[in-house]
Amino acid sequence: MRTVIFRTIAPYLAALMVLFSIFVLLRGHNEPGGGFIGGLIAASALAIYGIACGVASVRRAIVFHPMGISGFGLFIGALAGVLSFFKGQAFMTSQWLIFDFSGVEVALSTPLVFDIGVYLVVVGAIGSIALALEEREAD
Amino acid sequence: MTPAVIDDTTLYAVLAPFAAAVVAPFLTRWLKHNAAWPLALVPALIFAHFAGFIGPVSEGQTFVAAKAWAPSYVVNFSVYVDGLSTLFGLLISGIGTFIILYAGGYLKGHPQQGRFFSFLFLFMGAMLGLVLGNNLISLFIFWELTSITSFLLIGFDHLRAASRRAAIQALVVTGGGGLALLAGFILIIASTGEIEMSVLLSSPDIIKNSGLYLPIFLLVLGGAFTKSAQFPFHFWLPNAMEAPTPVSAYLHSATMVKAGVYMLMRMHPLLGDTELWTTVLPLFGGVTLLVGTILAVRQTDLKLMLAYTTVASLGLLVMLTGTSHEKALEGAVLYLLAHSLFKGALFMVAGTIDHEAGTRDITKLGGLRRAMPFTFAAGCLAGLSMAGLPPFIGFIAKEILYYGTSNIGDLGQLGVMITVVAVIGNALMLVIAAAVAIKPFFGPPVDTPKHAHEGPILLIAGPVLLSVTGIILGLIAHTTGVLFVGPTLSSLLGEFKQIDLHLIPTKFNAPVILSFITVGLGIALFTQIDKLRELIAAALKAIGWGPDKGFDQSISGIVSFAAWLTRLVQTGKMQTYMLLTFVFTAIAVLLPGFLTGSYPAMPKLPDYRFYEWGILLIAVLGLIAVLVARTRLTAIVSLGIQGFAVALIFMMFGAPDLSFTQFMVETLSVVILALVMTRLNLSPRDHRSLPARLVTGVVAVAVGLGLTLTLLAITQQPFDRTLSDFFTEFSRSIAHGRNIVNVILVDFRGFDTLGEIAVVVLAGLCVLALIRIRTRPDPETEPEPQSAQTAAKQTAEVR
Repeated sequence: MRTVIFRTIAPYLAALMVLFSIFVLLRGHNEPGGGFIGGLIAASALAIYGIACGVASVRRAIVFHPMGISGFGLFIGALAGVLSFFKGQAFMTSQWLIFDFSGVEVALSTPLVFDIGVYLVVVGAIGSIALALEEREAD
Repeated sequence: MTPAVIDDTTLYAVLAPFAAAVVAPFLTRWLKHNAAWPLALVPALIFAHFAGFIGPVSEGQTFVAAKAWAPSYVVNFSVYVDGLSTLFGLLISGIGTFIILYAGGYLKGHPQQGRFFSFLFLFMGAMLGLVLGNNLISLFIFWELTSITSFLLIGFDHLRAASRRAAIQALVVTGGGGLALLAGFILIIASTGEIEMSVLLSSPDIIKNSGLYLPIFLLVLGGAFTKSAQFPFHFWLPNAMEAPTPVSAYLHSATMVKAGVYMLMRMHPLLGDTELWTTVLPLFGGVTLLVGTILAVRQTDLKLMLAYTTVASLGLLVMLTGTSHEKALEGAVLYLLAHSLFKGALFMVAGTIDHEAGTRDITKLGGLRRAMPFTFAAGCLAGLSMAGLPPFIGFIAKEILYYGTSNIGDLGQLGVMITVVAVIGNALMLVIAAAVAIKPFFGPPVDTPKHAHEGPILLIAGPVLLSVTGIILGLIAHTTGVLFVGPTLSSLLGEFKQIDLHLIPTKFNAPVILSFITVGLGIALFTQIDKLRELIAAALKAIGWGPDKGFDQSISGIVSFAAWLTRLVQTGKMQTYMLLTFVFTAIAVLLPGFLTGSYPAMPKLPDYRFYEWGILLIAVLGLIAVLVARTRLTAIVSLGIQGFAVALIFMMFGAPDLSFTQFMVETLSVVILALVMTRLNLSPRDHRSLPARLVTGVVAVAVGLGLTLTLLAITQQPFDRTLSDFFTEFSRSIAHGRNIVNVILVDFRGFDTLGEIAVVVLAGLCVLALIRIRTRPDPETEPEPQSAQTAAKQTAEVR
C-alpha cells in the first residue's frame, strides 16, 4: 500500500485529521461531536499514517506510547471529577469558569477536561491496537 | 449494669499497635535489634492502660467507647470493656511486650527484622480490636485481620515451601471459619436488629428467642472452632510451627488460637446453657483434648509437642465452656489465664534452647541446666504450672475445673465422661510438661549442634517473667480471684459474681483425689514415654489418613476441578466462543417472548421517501454482498457498506452524533479487520463445511430475529418522556451545553463514562498483550484479532 502518492499525502492527511478531531472534540458540547468521536478520528489518522509511512515514524511523531496516552486520559478524566471535592460537593459535580477574553466568551469547565480525557483514552487505546497490528504486518 | 461511656483513649490504645507497625521498620533500620526496647514500650503502655480498668471492672462496672466509622450502615469502631475483654487485653498486651523483646533477641541480625516487628504489631492490634470489639461488623473485620496477619507471620519465612503451605493452610481454615462467623453475625443483626455486643448482652435471651438460634449457633461455632483449632480443624495449628518461635509463642499462647475460645465465652450469655450447647461443645472439646494430648506424646520436637498440647488445652477450654456450669466456667477462666502464661513461657524456652543449642529434638537434648540456668528455671516453673502442681496458678485451675466437672449433677453421664476425659487429658499434659521442661535440662550433658550457653537478656526476660507471674498469681490466689477471675466469670455468666479462691484446698474432697490420680497417672506414663510414643506412632501409621492430608486432597481436588472446568469451557477456539456467545444471546432475546407468548404487533409499512428506501436497499445489498462474497476481505468490506447505510439512517432520523460515531467505528472496524486478516495469514476464502455454515446461519438469523422482535416490542410501548424532558430542560441551564448527547455523556452521566473509558483502557491493554503473545503454533486459532474488533465495537455500542 506504500505507493508514492499515498506516502506523500498521508502526513498531511493525518495532520488535517488530527486538527479536525480536536475541532470536533471542542465543539462537542454544543454541536455534534465530542471526545469519543474525536478520539476515533484521531485514531484513524494514526492508523493511516502508520499504513503509509510505517509504525516507527508514527511512534516517533506521537512521542509517548499510545497506552501511556490512554492512561493519562483516564487519569485526567478522574481528576476532573475530584475537583469538586474542594467545594464540598459530590464527585464529578461540574465546575464552570466562564470569562470574557478580548470580546469572546470562553467557557472552561471540568466536563471539558473530562471530555479531553475521553478523547485521549480513545486515541491511545484504539491507536495502540491499530499500530500493534500494523507493526506485526511489517515483519 | 449499663455500661458507662468513656473517652476515646481506649480506642487509641487499640489503634496504637498499627501506628507502631508503621514506625517499626524505620526504627529497626536505625537501632538494629535494640529497637525492641523502645518498641516494647507500646504494648507496655497499652498494658498499663488496661490495668487501670482492673479496679472498676472487678466491682462490676463495664465501659463502652465508640467512633462512627460507616454511620449509614451503623458500623462503628466501638469497644466494650468488661471482665473478659480486660483479661484478654492484659494478656495480649502483657505477653506482647515480652514477645517484642524476645523477637528482638531471636531475630537478631535478620535482614527482615523490621518487617517482622511490623507484622507482630499488626497482629497485636487486630487481636486487641477483636477482644474489645463491641460493634459486630468491626469485630468481624478485626477477626479477619487476625487471620490475615497470622498468615503473614506464619509465612514469614516465605522462601521455604513448608512455611508457605502452613500459612495458606492457616488462612484457608481460619479465614473460611471467619466467613461462617460473618454469616452468623449477619443473622444476629437481622433477627435482633441490634449490632452492638453490649446491647445484645443486656438482653441475654434475645437470640434464643429469635427462632434463628440453631443457624446462628452453628455459624458462630464454625468461626470459633476453626480459629481455636478444634478437631477436625486442629491440623493447621501444629503446621503453623513453621513460623519463627516468637510467633508461635504469641499466637499459640494467649492470642490467635484463644480468639475462638474468646468468641465462645463472649457468646456464652447469648447462646450458652442450652441442650445443644452443653452437648456439642463438650463433645468436640473432649475429642480435641484427647487427640491433642495423644498426638503431643508422639512428637519429639519441642515446639510440635507444645503445639499439640495447645490443641489439647483449647479442647479443654471448649469442653469446660460447653458445660455452662458455674464452677466449670470458673475453672475455664483460671485455666485460660494459667495456660497463656505457661505456654508463652514454654514456647520461648523452646525457642531459646533451639537458638542456643541448635536443635529442638528432645532425644538430642540433655543436661542443659548448667549451661542455661535462667532458661532452666523458667522452663521448670512454667512446666510445673502446666503439670498442675502447687503452688502454681495451673494447680488452682485444675482444682477448680475438677471441682466443676465432678459437680455437674444435671449432666449425669456426660458429667462423668467429662471428668474422665479431663483427668486423662491432664495426666498426658503432665507427661508433656515433664518431657518439655525437664528432659532437656537433666541427665548428663549431650553434644548439641551448637555449643549451648545462656541466651542474652532479650531472650530470657520473657520466659522468666511470665513463669514467675504464674507462681505469683498462684500465691496470691485470693487477689487473683477477685481481680481477674471473678470479673471474667461475670462476663461469661452475664451477671456480677465475686469469687473466693484458695491456694490450699480447704477440704479433702473429690478434686484433691482427682488431682492425685492425675499426678500418679502422669508420672506412671512419663516413665513409659518412649514405649507410648512408639505405640501411638504405630497406631497413626495404621490409620494412615488425617485431616492434614485431607486438606491437601481437597485443595488439589479444587485445582483439578478448576482445570477440568477450564478445559471444558475454554476450548481455545474463537469460533466456539463466538458461536456460544451468540447462541445465548439468541436465547436471551427470544425466550421471554416465547415464554409469555406476547409478540409485538406487525408494524405498518411506513411512508418513506424514495431516497430513504434507497438507503435501506443499499443496506440490504451490503448484506447480500457479505453472503455471496467469494473472499473474506470482500465480505469484510461489504459489511462496511451495510454499516455505512445504517449510519446514514441515523443521520436522517435526527441522531447526528450517533451517525458520526457509527461512520468512524465502521471505518476503523474495516481497517482493523483487514489488518488482522493480512497479519494472520488466513486463507482468503472460507473453507467451512456446509453443515457448519448452516449452524452459524441459523444462529445468526435467530439473533437477528430476536433483536428485531425486542426492538419492535420496545418501540410499541408508550414512551416515558421523564428523562428526555429532564435532559432537554436542564442541559442548557445547568450544564451549559446545547448538545444533549454530549452533555449526558460528560456531565449528567459522567460517572458511567468514567467507568467506560476505564474499560476502554483495559481492553486496549489486553488486546496489546494478546497481540504480543506469539506462542500459539497455529495462527488460525489465535483469538486476539476478534478481540480487537469486538473492543472497538463494544465501545461503539456503549455510546
